[in-house]
Amino acid sequence: MLFKLSIRNMKKSFKDYAIYFLTLVLGVAIFYMFNSLDSQQAMLKVSESTRKLIGLMIDILGVVSIFIAIVLGFLIVYANNFLVNRRKKEFGIYMTLGMGRRQISKIILLETLLIGILSLAVGIFIGIFGSQLMSILVAKLFEADMSEFTFIFSLPACIKTCIYFAVMFLAVMIFNTITISKYKLINLLTAVRKNEIVKIKNPIVSILVFLVSVVILGYAYWKVTGGINELDTIDKIIGPIIMGTVGTIGIFWSLSGFILRVIQSRKKIYLKGTNMFVLRQLNNKINTTVISMSVICIMLFMTISILSSSISVQTSMDSELEEMTPVDLNLYKTANLPESYTNPKTGKITNYTEKQIEDSKRPITYTLESNGYDINNLKDIEEVIIYTIPGLTWEKSLGNYFEEAKSNFPMLAYDTPETILKVSDYNKIAKLYGLEQYNLKDNEYMVLCDFDTMVELRNEALKENKTINIEGKEYYSKYDECKSGFLNMSTSHTNTGIILFPDSFEFKEEWKEQYFLAANYNVETEEEKQILDKSFTDEDNNVLYEKLEQNGIVLDGMTKIVIIESSKGLATIIIFISIYLGIIFLIASSAILALKQLTESSDNKQRYAILRKIGCDEKMINKALFRQIAIFFMIPLVIAIIHSIFGIKFALTVMSVLATPEELLPSIIATAAVIGAIYGLYFLATYLGSKNIIKEEE
Amino acid sequence: MKDVLEVKSVEKYYGNKSNLTKAIDNISFKVEEGEFVGIMGASGSGKTTLLNCISTIDRVTSGNIIINGKDITKLKGNSLNKFRREELGFIFQDFNLLDTLTAYENIALALTIQKINHKEIDTRVNDISEKLGIKDILNKYPYQVSGGQKQRIASARAIVTNPKLVLADEPTGALDSKSARQLLESFEYLNKKLTTTILMVTHDAFTASYTDRIIFIKDGKIFNELVKGNDTRKQFFEKIIEVQTLLGGDLSGVI
Repeated sequence: MLFKLSIRNMKKSFKDYAIYFLTLVLGVAIFYMFNSLDSQQAMLKVSESTRKLIGLMIDILGVVSIFIAIVLGFLIVYANNFLVNRRKKEFGIYMTLGMGRRQISKIILLETLLIGILSLAVGIFIGIFGSQLMSILVAKLFEADMSEFTFIFSLPACIKTCIYFAVMFLAVMIFNTITISKYKLINLLTAVRKNEIVKIKNPIVSILVFLVSVVILGYAYWKVTGGINELDTIDKIIGPIIMGTVGTIGIFWSLSGFILRVIQSRKKIYLKGTNMFVLRQLNNKINTTVISMSVICIMLFMTISILSSSISVQTSMDSELEEMTPVDLNLYKTANLPESYTNPKTGKITNYTEKQIEDSKRPITYTLESNGYDINNLKDIEEVIIYTIPGLTWEKSLGNYFEEAKSNFPMLAYDTPETILKVSDYNKIAKLYGLEQYNLKDNEYMVLCDFDTMVELRNEALKENKTINIEGKEYYSKYDECKSGFLNMSTSHTNTGIILFPDSFEFKEEWKEQYFLAANYNVETEEEKQILDKSFTDEDNNVLYEKLEQNGIVLDGMTKIVIIESSKGLATIIIFISIYLGIIFLIASSAILALKQLTESSDNKQRYAILRKIGCDEKMINKALFRQIAIFFMIPLVIAIIHSIFGIKFALTVMSVLATPEELLPSIIATAAVIGAIYGLYFLATYLGSKNIIKEEE
Repeated sequence: MKDVLEVKSVEKYYGNKSNLTKAIDNISFKVEEGEFVGIMGASGSGKTTLLNCISTIDRVTSGNIIINGKDITKLKGNSLNKFRREELGFIFQDFNLLDTLTAYENIALALTIQKINHKEIDTRVNDISEKLGIKDILNKYPYQVSGGQKQRIASARAIVTNPKLVLADEPTGALDSKSARQLLESFEYLNKKLTTTILMVTHDAFTASYTDRIIFIKDGKIFNELVKGNDTRKQFFEKIIEVQTLLGGDLSGVI
């Protein structure tokens, strides 16, 4: 009997359940998709290091999933609460018929169970198809071979999803039972809400608050974009965040009053059709939901910023990577090892063997050959020597500017010795890398640097002081700024400074600091390069590695393949977690917005009934309802988009990504598509649900 | 005088063949332009059904209702809505004012949905509110004014569109006696000075005594008809009570 009642209830209130069901299904599907990555990666042909990165990503996603489950749990309880409240009168009637609270709890329990099972089934079904798309995305981002496409179903992910959601439903059931036990019959039967007293705000106060909020927001926007240079420490970002939050709340508090005031003064628009009614409806609603609107707006802002900036990071990383990895291999080795070395900080003494000392006086090519590496595997070999001069540290080369630099950037290690290179040596590397080559006169020097902060410091210093004194001889900087260029390959511009001296400069033997080698692999195809790369990256079955280990020789290096893989992997992890979080935030905010709108349905119902009575036809009423809901959905989105324009700009600056609008476009389009789809779906469900509610007979 | 409303042998049945209820059983009457007519009857007598049929909210089973020369039983869909919007004005027992709108806006809304020019709306709203003595509460919200004022706002909304016929359904039902008297005086003013035709449903004899003519309905049929003629209101009131006694049944509700 109860079962029959539950089924009938669900059928009857299907449109009420639409939002709840939609939220559950989307939640389940997303949850399944991200947790099934585990089984998807098994089918991809990827390198060992990529597989490790994917493993790391799956671990992180697992942790994030717990957070997401909590967010979804709250959302489901909230949505369910809305449904139960909407049916107060129905429960009241059951109780007058003599049904006990426990029986009512049982009905709701059954309903929750039924809808839970149904949404789990539908959600996992959608999730399985969605995860096929995901694996294509994974393969594309990790540049894996997707030739063997198989349809996969992940049982562990399925079980995990079921368990997590079962716990959530359990929470909902407990919550419902508590709610029911608190009900009093009289309140249930008279649950239809009376017209509430409309809180009216002084329009002048509204306008004032609105203007102040706009100014606050504008200042916060400027702080994170135009005035970003002042945000050099992490705690200074809190100011703009607080300003942004306060400004957003202020805007929502005053916006509807402000708009109302502005449109009221334009009688032609205000006194037209149902405009007046729609505006008043919005004014009333937004007034009573300031905080939730602000929260929704901020969540949407985070969704937009997270999604679009993470995708742009990926795009820009790709283009920068190409430039930063001009050759296959970089190797370096310390020169001039002493007999023993005392670490000045730890006081630890290291003694070096004769073999090690002997090797440190020879170039890297010698080390490679003497340790069993076939030098014919390499081509385009360029080897140079890096010097350091005692006393020539960052502090000294900054000269007069040092004090100011130290107060602005106290964290930098100013006692770092400067890296010195012979200009002809650098030109050899530059030629290989395809970079600009330089000429220096006998009394000239120059600085190469491409790391933003250091470029700034060095340029300031070069403006004030152009001379360096080495052993009594003055050298003048050829340029009054530093030029771009680098020696070490890396994922981004990280050269903090290289000083070039003319070949006539007397480079002393004891100043030798490091040998540096750049080369390409002497093969053509990617596959062959992958194999050769193993000599420097894989410890297993590696003759070179074993010999070096035996002789105690340390050879550092970086290969193009490693840089690209790790950078891609990192970007991909960021993207996946962003998409996961972003979509869940989006679902949460859309669902809350939709439920807020539906919660006030009883008031709406009465008001629309009045419209109908005074002669509005269904077309006019539906139009008014549509506009009301559309504006209600648009306002937080529009404000979130404005926030995001500055948020994304800030994020990209902080991550030192220089993206042109054209480069940003694809990620913005992708973000817009995701938001449009989910937000649009909720909007539609809300509109249909509300239409259904206001249509009901009195 | 011209007939504004003509009800011709209207019948309204509810239910199916095996269990038929005749809510209205062959009723015919006319209302002339500028008349103030009351319809009285016990609850369940069919007076509200009749009003609903006239106000195009409900459809008749047979018969015709002609308002201002148009047979509304033949109208459908949008033309029906348009007709209701433009030719009829409604006053309800529970006011049906929008709580989110000010008095001014509530009155104006009836005009804005007719797509009337905003300048004219302003003039008409101010004009009618002056006549009904609600000018100084125009910027107040419904919850800020008394019941009588609310009903006068509703009345202003009903007639601001210059309808051919105003239909009032128990307009004094939710008012105290003082407010009821004030409202009825307003009705009198509308009827006599602005020649508004009013059809009012009530079961209160005092309210009914303000009308020119009363049609009594019992069990879906016209039971009696009273014309005020040259009587004073007090005399008319006594006559109404007499008929109600004859009608029986609803006595307790009268007092």
